[in-house]
Amino acid sequence: MSSNGIRDRVAVVGMGCTPFGEHWDRSADDLLLDATRECLAATPALAAEDVDAYWLGTLGSGQSGMTLSRPLSLDYKPVTRVENYCATGSEAFRNACYAVASGAYDRVMAVGVEKLKDSGFSGLLRSDPPGDGTAPELSLTAPAAFSLLDPAYCDRYGVDPAAMREAMTHVAWKNHANGALNPKAQFRSVVSKEKIERAPLVAGRLGVFDCSGVSDGAACALIVRAEDALRYTDRPMYVKGLSLVAGPARGAMDPGYDYTTFPEVVHAAADAYRQAGISDPRSQISLAEVHDCFTPTEVVLMEDLGFAERGQAWKDVLDGAFQLDGRLPVNPDGGLKSFGHPVGASGLRMLYECWLQFRGEAGDRQLADLRLGLTHNLGGRPGGCVSFVSVVGPEPG
Amino acid sequence: MSPSPYGIVSYAAYLPRHRLQCEELGTALGIKAGRGARIAASFDEDSTTMGVEAARRALPGRGAPEALYFATTSPAYLDKTNAAALHAALGLPHEAFAADLAGSARSGIAALRAACLGGGLAVLSDVRTGRPGSADERDGGDGAAAFLFGAADEAVAEIVAHTAATAEFLDRWRVPENRAGEQWEERFGLERYLPLIEDAGQRALKAAGTGQPDHVLLVSPNAAVRKRATKLFPARLSVSGSPLGHTGAADAGLALADALDRVGADETILLLSAADGCDAVLLRTTDRLPAARQPEPVAGQLAAGRPVSYTTYLTWRGWLDREPPRRPEPDRPASPPSARGERWKFGFTGSRCENCGFVHLPPARVCKECGAVDAMTPVALAGARGTVATYTVDRLAYSPSPPLIDAVVDFDGGGRCTLEIADGAADQLAVGTRVEPVFRRLHTAGGVHNYFWKARLTARTAADVSSREGTG
Repeated sequence: MSSNGIRDRVAVVGMGCTPFGEHWDRSADDLLLDATRECLAATPALAAEDVDAYWLGTLGSGQSGMTLSRPLSLDYKPVTRVENYCATGSEAFRNACYAVASGAYDRVMAVGVEKLKDSGFSGLLRSDPPGDGTAPELSLTAPAAFSLLDPAYCDRYGVDPAAMREAMTHVAWKNHANGALNPKAQFRSVVSKEKIERAPLVAGRLGVFDCSGVSDGAACALIVRAEDALRYTDRPMYVKGLSLVAGPARGAMDPGYDYTTFPEVVHAAADAYRQAGISDPRSQISLAEVHDCFTPTEVVLMEDLGFAERGQAWKDVLDGAFQLDGRLPVNPDGGLKSFGHPVGASGLRMLYECWLQFRGEAGDRQLADLRLGLTHNLGGRPGGCVSFVSVVGPEPG
Repeated sequence: MSPSPYGIVSYAAYLPRHRLQCEELGTALGIKAGRGARIAASFDEDSTTMGVEAARRALPGRGAPEALYFATTSPAYLDKTNAAALHAALGLPHEAFAADLAGSARSGIAALRAACLGGGLAVLSDVRTGRPGSADERDGGDGAAAFLFGAADEAVAEIVAHTAATAEFLDRWRVPENRAGEQWEERFGLERYLPLIEDAGQRALKAAGTGQPDHVLLVSPNAAVRKRATKLFPARLSVSGSPLGHTGAADAGLALADALDRVGADETILLLSAADGCDAVLLRTTDRLPAARQPEPVAGQLAAGRPVSYTTYLTWRGWLDREPPRRPEPDRPASPPSARGERWKFGFTGSRCENCGFVHLPPARVCKECGAVDAMTPVALAGARGTVATYTVDRLAYSPSPPLIDAVVDFDGGGRCTLEIADGAADQLAVGTRVEPVFRRLHTAGGVHNYFWKARLTARTAADVSSREGTG
């Protein structure tokens, strides 16, 4: 298999992101307009009509490219709607990057949006084709599916369930503390560890604070050829590696799979690292935005992405390795946990944090000496999922 | 009548695990409801699923029956044959006949007669309910029994004679749109039934040319008849009624299964069922019986079980309309995919790769292990045992009886599947817990019942746990 990558061939020269949250007074149309206008306003060298093409990601807030072209009144531009579960926003970005790298277009915008809070229900809703009623994902909710990681991880590595609970609590506490420093986050307050552990149970040992926010929001990125980047901004963000894998959904059928890892993430990370020339992610990556849909997910991801040894992530989490002042800050913007998770927008929101951090615009959560950033986005559940990994950096070469 | 060429070659009963404590019922309603417990089908059980469980227990080691007669007063569907779902869940060949005999307690006798006359499997199953505080609620029961009729020379019990008496009078009745049945003054029915019981019973004995039977079983939807069950017709050794309260069309079957659990070889059993007349079936057990009794006797199943609260029971039966989780109800299962996947959905049949042996649940065309395409053999796992790899309690998910409990189950001999755990028991689940598949109704959406398999803690696991609880 060849995966040649497009290292340093495209760059992000503008981004936009709405605050995430329960926007009872904003429609998906409003959110799309707000995010794209913010992006264009921050890129004065480029007018709306200069955008050659769009890739729009949304899980369920609309169908077809008209979900974007209608509210923005685009003049007969190519707009492609993509969907790839919770990695939908990253998928829009990935396809937009390839469109520019191919030479087909010079300026492409990737947009992601989700309007979750109009449904009247808690959590994510599924929209499945008619079936025979036997698929477990039809009944089991996302928190329940990811809660399977917890007892399996404890069992596999002999971790005291109390220690694992502490690690999960630490992830929630950290991401809430980070979100408290982020004016666009859905949840902007520090939450005590006692409160996290006393929260009503949702699934398994996961309480409300172990789950990502259910939110409305939109985010977008303007992508141009790397050699053109400085025409639009003095601080572009270069794409070093892009990887997406869709798993065979083997784990759900394979007694050899032990629910302590996402093989899809391991594969996506290896591919992206190879494209970006990364041999030691722990030392080469300066910040990571990962798919912390539920707290045990973030623990397991630290191992799958190579940030921690197998069976050790829970310890590294408790040691503070992934805090703002740790050796590898993870989810400095608060993550899905506290920034919120409007599905189609989340992958782009992760890139938005890298963008702000590289530009020194991250305010109170600003990190120093940044070289490479990683975003990781996942859709599906343990046993079968899609996984996206990108590596981005502030400098070419 | 002439002796049938067919006899009962195997039998089994299925009693659901839940027990409603009458004392709690009485306290909740402020009435005298006595002590004791009522056997209650779980929210995910109906006459079809319980019938499947009884039939699965009766069939092992036997050839597939050529006919299946399914009797119930609580059919899960009308206009659609429920016996077809049993047929599919049991994996019977498509040449087999399958039909419902639905509507009244007498349907149970009808199924037994049909199977006795032409061979085949009689499945008697019922979920009996009544208004809160009613006698049907307190004194009824849920359960199923199955009898396989085969060559008389292999029988554990032969049918020596059966007689019938039919009479039209209003004793127990229910219009189809009602869930709760009606009862005329029960002493009126008693007066009507007494001569019918005597007549049918004596004619059966006369036809067989025998005197007093060794055992008499007397069942009836009429409570006054049930109260006097042990006094109305004499027997040499034992007289008994329904073992668990009136169970509708299953009552005669459960009484017979209970008797076959305990009577000796070469003894006669006179089964009397007083329902809109009276049917008498005279059986003689053979010397094959002691070695061929069902592995889990009715009495043992009765003694087991776990309590269910009265409010939960009322919710299960639809008498209490509780606030559901803030989640959408599931879609109704679609007919074409359900039909395409019949062997999977109803028979829990996956596929095993002919090249490398990897088992796929649900069946797949491309092997997950070796990539071989269309090189699969069906593998039925309904009778398999498995081990819990990991599990969770989902308090957010839609369920007719939250919370929903799911486990990843690894089956002995290969195959993994995520299944809902049946009959609660979240407190007894652990990585490594042993489970077995059971056929259940996951939910009903848009008027369509979603039948599929769940996993239940094996009897051994459950017994181990209850004995641990017992020793504190």
